[in-house]
Amino acid sequence: MEMSFARRRPLPLEVQNVTKTFRVKRRPGLGPRSGRRGSLRTALEDVSFRAEEAEIYGILGANGSGKSTLVRILSTLLLPDRGAVHIFGYDAVTEAAAVRPLLNRVSVDPSFFKPMSALENLLFFGRAYGMTGPDIRRSSIEILDRLGLSRELAREPMLHLSRGQQQKVAVARAFLSSPRLMLLDEPTTGLDPRSKREVQSFVSEVRRGSGVTVLLTTHDMDEAETLCDRIGFLSSGRLVAEGTPLELRKQVAGARPLDEVTMETVFIEMTGRSIEEDEEESDLAPPGGRQRDPQEVPEAREAPREGRRT
Amino acid sequence: MTTLSIAQGRPPRRVGLGWAFFERQANLWKRYWAWEVVWLLYGVVNTLSITFIANEAAVSGVLSRREVSRLTMFLLVGTLVWAYLSAVLDDMSLTVMWERWEGTIEHTLMAPVPRVVHLVGMSAFGLLHALIRTVLILAFSLPFFNVQLAGADWLAAGAVVAVGSLSVVGLGIMAGTLPLLYPERGEQMSFMVQALVLLVSGVYYSVSVLPGWLQPASHLSPATYLLRGIRDALLNGAGIGNQAGLLGTLAIFGVVLVPLSLLAFGAAERWAKKTGRLKRQG
Repeated sequence: MEMSFARRRPLPLEVQNVTKTFRVKRRPGLGPRSGRRGSLRTALEDVSFRAEEAEIYGILGANGSGKSTLVRILSTLLLPDRGAVHIFGYDAVTEAAAVRPLLNRVSVDPSFFKPMSALENLLFFGRAYGMTGPDIRRSSIEILDRLGLSRELAREPMLHLSRGQQQKVAVARAFLSSPRLMLLDEPTTGLDPRSKREVQSFVSEVRRGSGVTVLLTTHDMDEAETLCDRIGFLSSGRLVAEGTPLELRKQVAGARPLDEVTMETVFIEMTGRSIEEDEEESDLAPPGGRQRDPQEVPEAREAPREGRRT
Repeated sequence: MTTLSIAQGRPPRRVGLGWAFFERQANLWKRYWAWEVVWLLYGVVNTLSITFIANEAAVSGVLSRREVSRLTMFLLVGTLVWAYLSAVLDDMSLTVMWERWEGTIEHTLMAPVPRVVHLVGMSAFGLLHALIRTVLILAFSLPFFNVQLAGADWLAAGAVVAVGSLSVVGLGIMAGTLPLLYPERGEQMSFMVQALVLLVSGVYYSVSVLPGWLQPASHLSPATYLLRGIRDALLNGAGIGNQAGLLGTLAIFGVVLVPLSLLAFGAAERWAKKTGRLKRQG
């Protein structure tokens, strides 16, 4: 047998049998029955997939299907109960310090220090990734220009920006650190059509230019089909199907012409439900059942300032 | 088409990681300068209100003039040290709570910054911020009182503050751990911890007036030694040499408390990651 000593180049992302369960309290508060151990909710169950170099891998699923939980695990912000995640060969749990410089993330809710300006926020996050002030300012202006956000707005407190403008700053923050793996968690949810196109074309352009690998979670069928090389369907925490958009269509087309098979049809046939049904179900889920992720409710708020003193 | 100069895979420079947190706090402080004025005013009023108790003792003839001067200094040091200590603790717990409220905590914790650099950066701003506020409170309050500072050893007082600040950093990081563990009640819990420190450390009275069963608790608070050292330096003119033992005790507190608080923060972070508590709150 011929032995090869050439080490296999590590994949940007390899997820193996990841399972995550949360304990949901029965009653919040200070009552005598509060804080009991409550019920278990499985957010992810035995999820496995891998993303290749410079690929855009899409995770399509409704709210509450486990997309954000998956992204948090990949971001080293959540520890899986079982399974393993490897990012460029590093274990995301035991080698988190080696993983962090390689990735960045855009979440559905653009989280910032709202009283600070976009540039001040970018200055902080850029420095946290080891960049220098002049580098951050130059790159920030360049990316924000590309995303259609003016320099004047970049100097305004984030509180004064619209949701779409804030999300563009969030995209700039994520790409500022030149990540090799980008985690985009519903980056265009709630954006107007123009902003959505600007963000999508920016992602495509950066992927072409820099070869960054992207994991994109979305419940937008068109976005998944337009941007992604491959798509996985996540339903109730399980990855139920995976393939290129064409492969997925072929799997359910049967005798029908392929152009009559939409991605929505594919999703319904493979998961047994429409994405809207899933969304309604997750929105109406009772305490202890699947709940809407608080991060999926975008709204601009001002943080409280100090509120006490002895 | 614009060619973006995003150098993918470029190794990030490691300089200024701690500065990132200092600068962020300074930028937030700038936006809330009006609050700063409010807390400065509050600090001055609080200091005056407590220190005027000494004047009451003079008016009622309970104490001699010399004793009143000492009591005034005693109370003044107590209010100022407490202003300093509580400002650092507040800064740390408020920042973590604020990050939870805004949802930035996830982005901060996933950044490639060693936790010790992150927390020391935040603490450095907290110390400087608290020091400036306390000096201003002192400057505004001093004209209201007739205190004798001729024999005070300012160098020794400065040394006690410098060495004691190490343990204040430890307490501050501990205070920041609570909002990480308890998103909704963490800041209130840190106020309770502060209240206990206030009770046992001899801020407005000597620890000897505490009930016997409570006095041992005063030995566990670094604030007890911080206050004792500053009072000895300013009221009795005790120099650094005379305070070597106390400085050593404060140094031991710092050397123990800082790593302990870092371990506690790390454990809390791991627990929050296990239970999914880093999600946005508020």
